[in-house]
Amino acid sequence: MYYRETGQYKTSYIGDMAVFPIRQDRIGIALILLAAYVGIPALSSEFVLKTIMIPSLVFALAAIGLNILVGYTGLISLGTAGFMGVGAYACYKLTLAFPEINIVVWIIASGFFSAAIGVLFGLPSLRIKGFYLAVATLAAQFFLQWSFVRVPWLFNYNTSGSIEVPTRTLMGVAITGPTASLEAKYLICLTIVVLLTWLASNLVHGRVGRAWMAVRDMDIAAELMGIKLFEAKLLAFAVSSFYCGVAGAMAVFLWLGGAEAGTEFSIQRSFVILFIVIIGGLGSLIGSFLGAALLVAQPTILKFGLPAIGIPLTGANAEHINSMITGALIIFFLIVEPLGLARLWQITKQKLRVWPFPY
Amino acid sequence: MSDAMTRMAPADVTMAAPARDGEVLLKVEDVSLSFGGVKAIQGVSFDIRKGEIRAIIGPNGAGKTSMLNVINGFYHPQQGRITFKGNVRSAMRPHEAAAGGIARTFQNVALFKGMSTIDNIMAGRSLKMKRGFGWQLWRGGPALAEDVAHRRFVEGIIDFLEIQAIRKQPVGRLPYGLQKRVELGRALAMEPDLLLLDEPMAGMNVEEKEDMCRFILDTREQFGTTIALIEHDMGVVMDLSDRVVVLDYGRKIADGTPDEVKADQSVIDAYLGVAH
Repeated sequence: MYYRETGQYKTSYIGDMAVFPIRQDRIGIALILLAAYVGIPALSSEFVLKTIMIPSLVFALAAIGLNILVGYTGLISLGTAGFMGVGAYACYKLTLAFPEINIVVWIIASGFFSAAIGVLFGLPSLRIKGFYLAVATLAAQFFLQWSFVRVPWLFNYNTSGSIEVPTRTLMGVAITGPTASLEAKYLICLTIVVLLTWLASNLVHGRVGRAWMAVRDMDIAAELMGIKLFEAKLLAFAVSSFYCGVAGAMAVFLWLGGAEAGTEFSIQRSFVILFIVIIGGLGSLIGSFLGAALLVAQPTILKFGLPAIGIPLTGANAEHINSMITGALIIFFLIVEPLGLARLWQITKQKLRVWPFPY
Repeated sequence: MSDAMTRMAPADVTMAAPARDGEVLLKVEDVSLSFGGVKAIQGVSFDIRKGEIRAIIGPNGAGKTSMLNVINGFYHPQQGRITFKGNVRSAMRPHEAAAGGIARTFQNVALFKGMSTIDNIMAGRSLKMKRGFGWQLWRGGPALAEDVAHRRFVEGIIDFLEIQAIRKQPVGRLPYGLQKRVELGRALAMEPDLLLLDEPMAGMNVEEKEDMCRFILDTREQFGTTIALIEHDMGVVMDLSDRVVVLDYGRKIADGTPDEVKADQSVIDAYLGVAH
């Protein structure tokens, strides 16, 4: 009833090409940002911040990265966690080498290292597609994970073999390390994610995004339009790995506080992010957020929701049921709605727009 | 009544197609192409003059589409010479051919199915858009101004092809005839010197064919584009084109005005056949 575009006329191409052309959408996004910046830090418990909000943001950013590759450019990658790891280790080495430079700078800069590695492992995509490319990126995943365990220089010859995040501050407030407050970590995470999402949105709505989608939908015709497949694909790998790398650095520095490569940057994590992209919606930024929120919140909801309605659930069973539900969701979306939660959200908006009429 | 109308429309079209003797835009000399033992094209030579509509016809498997693929750089012929705009061309990639001013449509519609009509045609402007990655990240200022300028051009094409109503629809959901039209729009967005159309009217009904004929002729009139087309509808080919080249089993068997070709005995034997 309130979601109508009646009376909102576009008199310029700029207005028509806006990312949120409808006024209500702009108000909605402003309210969401307000809630994220003010409401959530003020109202959420430490538990919610630690187990839902921060990981949702981290996974959403990684999913945006993977979505640029899989959803927008049509190149399959199973090396996401590997690229996240590159970002995490780059950030770790950088902040140890140059502790005087702010950690936020290094979190962002570590994306560039990941981007370089991503381009390197993206080279096969110029010749192969589909399953074969998936296997090639799988090699990246295993090679990178192996390096994180076997190259002691990366974790500074720690006896534990893992990263231990040092305390770093921003304007006098600790934002990483054991003493940092969760609210501070959350706000830094949120700011980085909002900024990078804005940049990604700019990219996919402009010339670069059109080139990527053209490569995805019909590479032969794209080449005929003068789009260089070589450039478009490698750029997609670079940008995608950049996002994954920043997400990896955020995961270690702002969420986990330390990481063991064997678990944090494993193939399972790559799959989880791929599932987020599939469930959230291929080729949709908002879908990356919806998918990440769903998959991150799902175990917690199961753990507390099922006992609350009288179904007893122990740790191991909770994990199994969680995997089963995730699997069922993937099958459901692949069959019923290949464009995921994002498409469901679009349909809902369309229904709202014409409500109370059916169309 | 309806019979008379269908015959009338192409007759209108003929008068808009005067024979041209302009300068040669593209010259194909003694081109041969084979895939292993299969000889797709054998020693074919012909030229396309500036401003003309040139048809390539022949039975299935005659090498027509292969010829287009050679012209826009998908295939590299083993032998022969191609001169485009006065320059002898070495083996080039399709995107280089595109930069040189060759656009094309495909036999099976090759649109970007997940994108809207506008985005498809905007993709045709890719070569004209110069703002680099840094500007694209911001998508304000110069990058946005560039996008708007090209959007204005694209809206011109949308008006020209009368597809205003579908500008925001994903092309995958459009009916076939409209998809063909959007594909023509995408090729026109490149402002090509030479437009290659691979069976632009395949699978269309009479009205859609008439529309498409009109768009092809208007394209030449308004944009001065040279057009080479492959088509199986002989009525359309003979009415639209200034000159026709006939291929059969990879060889050229005839070349000339529609009337000359129609009367050629080898063409009748190989392709046209006789009315029973």
